[in-house]
Amino acid sequence: MSASVLFDAPGPRTRARHRIYTVVAILLLVALAAAVVWRMNERGQLAYDLWEPFVTPEYVQALWQGLLDTLQMAALSIVFAVVFGVAFGIGKLSDHAWVRWPCWLVVEFFRAVPVLLMMFFVFYSYGVGEGGIGAYWSVVIALTVYNGAVLAEIFRAGINAVPSGQAEAAYAIGMRKSQVMNIVLLPQAVKIMLPSIISQCVVALKDTSLGFAIGAPGLTYVGKQIYGEFHNQVQAAIVVSAIYIVVNLILTGIATWVQRKYVGEKNPLELTRVGNLDGGRNV
Amino acid sequence: MDDLFSNFDLYLRAFGLTVGLFVVSGVVSLVVGALLASLRVGPVSVLARAVSVYVTVVRNTPLLMIFIIMAIAGPRLGYTFKSVEELSVGDWSVSAYFFRSCLALSLYTSAFVCEAFRSGINAVPLGQAEAARSIGLTFPGAMRQVILPQAMRAALPPLTSVQIALLKNTSVAAAFGMIEATARMKYFTNRNADDRVLIFVAFAVGYVVLVELLSLVGSRLEHRWAVAR
Repeated sequence: MSASVLFDAPGPRTRARHRIYTVVAILLLVALAAAVVWRMNERGQLAYDLWEPFVTPEYVQALWQGLLDTLQMAALSIVFAVVFGVAFGIGKLSDHAWVRWPCWLVVEFFRAVPVLLMMFFVFYSYGVGEGGIGAYWSVVIALTVYNGAVLAEIFRAGINAVPSGQAEAAYAIGMRKSQVMNIVLLPQAVKIMLPSIISQCVVALKDTSLGFAIGAPGLTYVGKQIYGEFHNQVQAAIVVSAIYIVVNLILTGIATWVQRKYVGEKNPLELTRVGNLDGGRNV
Repeated sequence: MDDLFSNFDLYLRAFGLTVGLFVVSGVVSLVVGALLASLRVGPVSVLARAVSVYVTVVRNTPLLMIFIIMAIAGPRLGYTFKSVEELSVGDWSVSAYFFRSCLALSLYTSAFVCEAFRSGINAVPLGQAEAARSIGLTFPGAMRQVILPQAMRAALPPLTSVQIALLKNTSVAAAFGMIEATARMKYFTNRNADDRVLIFVAFAVGYVVLVELLSLVGSRLEHRWAVAR
């Protein structure tokens, strides 16, 4: 429903009232922005030497390396998570209860456990010390199991979103269950699942930042090193947040483009209570 | 494992803090999110665009960065939230860390709640809004009497998802000074390294129970409000 249906074409009195609201709103927003800038100036945070590291080539390169590490961690965990998700998604769709129930249990368990708890467990149990796997792989493992559980749900929802006539027709011409899955359902389901998988990449990217709490390499870690050195916490926070926002916007743009191109007018996948911060889709 | 059972009150208190963070941030995010959603679909386009920018920025920032802005960049600008500790209602007072964590969690989650409400509003059939206009209801009247009650029904599944995610996100406060469940698990693991898997399972089960409870509440409400179409 377009928002313009909620209120009729405004008459002169309403237009005058809206003009007043608009002016007040603009004044408030400008005042807010001015207050932020003034506060920063008052505390000397607009001084050039605090911002200088972010235009110095070496530190920009360090940030770039941190971004690459972050992207690498996210990409690795998504790849492993897809494998995990496919395996457990198919398991959840199985006809055999002895396969279905353990898969359901595993998926529910890893969906409900917070990512940071998993990271702490993997890191403090297997990551520290000399034979430890280190913070990088702790982050990747934790992200893999969490995103894998969510992807298992996406996978199940994708397979179920393929029109049922397809599977019925495949059974009618005598295909076995695995043939139906591989030849008929999977190829059609992949197109439906693709936007949700890319959204999950955004989630994985945001969650790599949690590696900060266990000292894993990445963008936030480089930011911490920079503000530890130059005491420019405010500037580092602003710059690192801006980088995250830009990268995530790019990924979200790709997801929207894929949705429009390959799925078209059909509704995006509905995942029940995955604990996904999708906040609903706007049809 | 004996350590965990003999200090079970620590375990319960940690989860109590998790639930406390969740309830406060959840309520605030629901209220603020509903307000943001109303502004977003409202007639004043400046406010609609401002809310849209806010939601886009916050949705694409990791929660950890918001915590860092509050906890590490904030003190440099003079915001230590210590003044909150002076406000006390009777015996209850709130620690600065708790206030700061709730603020970060609420700011983050309100953006997602706003989107959830907006998707709910979009799911209400067009005819409802047209009918509300045709009997002369203004924007606030139409929202309150006709649109929002129906939107609540459609917004419930994404809202449940967002609140479950909030419950899990309270764990991030562990990295910023709050001894809630995740921090308490780290404490126990550091003291009893040989029981680490069991300790992890104990805390994970706690979270699973809370998430399933929330999920159950969500599905009960959905069932209650479901209508035949």
